[in-house]
Amino acid sequence: MIIEAKDLDYQVDGRQILHQLNLGVTKGDYLTIAGPSGSGKSTFLKLLAGFLTPSAGTIEFQGRAQESYPIPAYRQQVSYCIQQPLLFGRTVQDNLAFPYAITNQPVDTARINHLLKAVDLPPRYVEKGITELSGGERQRVALVRNLLLEPAVLLLDEVTTGLDEASKQIVLHLLETEHQRGKTLIKVTHDAEEIEAAGHLLHMKGGQLINEQ
Amino acid sequence: MSSNLTVSNLSLVIAALGMVLAIGISTKEKLGLHKDILYSVARAIVQLTVVGYVLKGVFHVANLWLTLALSLIIILNASWNSYQRNGKQKRGFWYSFLAIFCSTTFTIGLLVLSGSIKPIAQQLVPITGMVASNSMVAIGLAFRAMRTQYQQQEQQVNEMLALGATAAQASKGILRESIKTAMQPTIDSAKTVGLVALPGMMSGLIFAGVDPVYAIKYQIMVVFMLLSATSLGSVIAIYLSYRSYFTERLQLKVPR
Repeated sequence: MIIEAKDLDYQVDGRQILHQLNLGVTKGDYLTIAGPSGSGKSTFLKLLAGFLTPSAGTIEFQGRAQESYPIPAYRQQVSYCIQQPLLFGRTVQDNLAFPYAITNQPVDTARINHLLKAVDLPPRYVEKGITELSGGERQRVALVRNLLLEPAVLLLDEVTTGLDEASKQIVLHLLETEHQRGKTLIKVTHDAEEIEAAGHLLHMKGGQLINEQ
Repeated sequence: MSSNLTVSNLSLVIAALGMVLAIGISTKEKLGLHKDILYSVARAIVQLTVVGYVLKGVFHVANLWLTLALSLIIILNASWNSYQRNGKQKRGFWYSFLAIFCSTTFTIGLLVLSGSIKPIAQQLVPITGMVASNSMVAIGLAFRAMRTQYQQQEQQVNEMLALGATAAQASKGILRESIKTAMQPTIDSAKTVGLVALPGMMSGLIFAGVDPVYAIKYQIMVVFMLLSATSLGSVIAIYLSYRSYFTERLQLKVPR
């Protein structure tokens, strides 16, 4: 298992969101999680990303407890793609140079251009101001930003929500490519088409993940 | 005392008409401030009277340790005020104290070493008050700016954390802006000094009959001194306290 949740509980303000949740994800899996709003899908991703702390239970990454990793190093490996990202700084370049800056690596322009091309954005887009981007372009830049450091696991929180059809297909194609390259993907979605096409689908119900296939 | 400084008790009573005017405006405009005005004036009178007599005693004794103790009390008071005014954050008093203590001692140390002021009570105590109070105001501004920025940029900070940034890397822009906000009033007032207002130090010396050309030298020294104190104070306060916005597992927790 590359990532594993064991007897995971999460409570907030006395409300039980997740209850005794167990999940093991193998390396290279492309898991889709569906379920009604408020069922705890996004909460589960935030727990996996270390943005929330479980009330009980453990999360393991590559056989070691999440707490045993320095959290920045863990998040570089288990990369969380936030729902409706805002981007930061002034330009696309500010966003794409950031993963390199925080890891003290030189900016890999070839990799940036390759990934921009994969999401159908020309290299000159690095100079664009973030306010000039459409919602779909912003989401694609955010995905590229998450992929630059080659994380082992991608946590995708409704990354196609609110996108036009063209942007959605580009994003889904990139995710499929990353899956083919051996990355582990855990995706939360409401989209009926994505749920229909999912290879490995689980439903969040009563704070647990259930296989309904 | 210079012969042109003659504030009699009667002069003070006449000057108190200003306070009566403020109470009149508060009543007429239904501002509801008259109790507050009376309380603050009464407090100011008591505080200043006590300080007047304490200073007289300290100047008379002329003991360096007593002077340093009084300076420390000023710094402790400034730190307590800064802590009370800024949401009483965890360890906030000690962050404020360290920032005000370091900025004040460094700035005054520089002035003493350069020979600009002498290590005597008459000079050390008023200068400590001036430096510590400016540092206190700057730290207050820095704390408020930092809180507002974390509230406004919560998602951006979370996006950076999600990419594997440390708290320092995700807060870099916020820290820079907070320090800038804290220093801006000192820089702005340095630009207009002498043109808009004749500041306290210079006014005091002119009141006491000192040649204005000589008085400006002291005012220039004050400009340097306040720039040093506000920049150092806000940098120390911000770098000590930003980490309290994050949990041990680097989860951003912004107070509402």
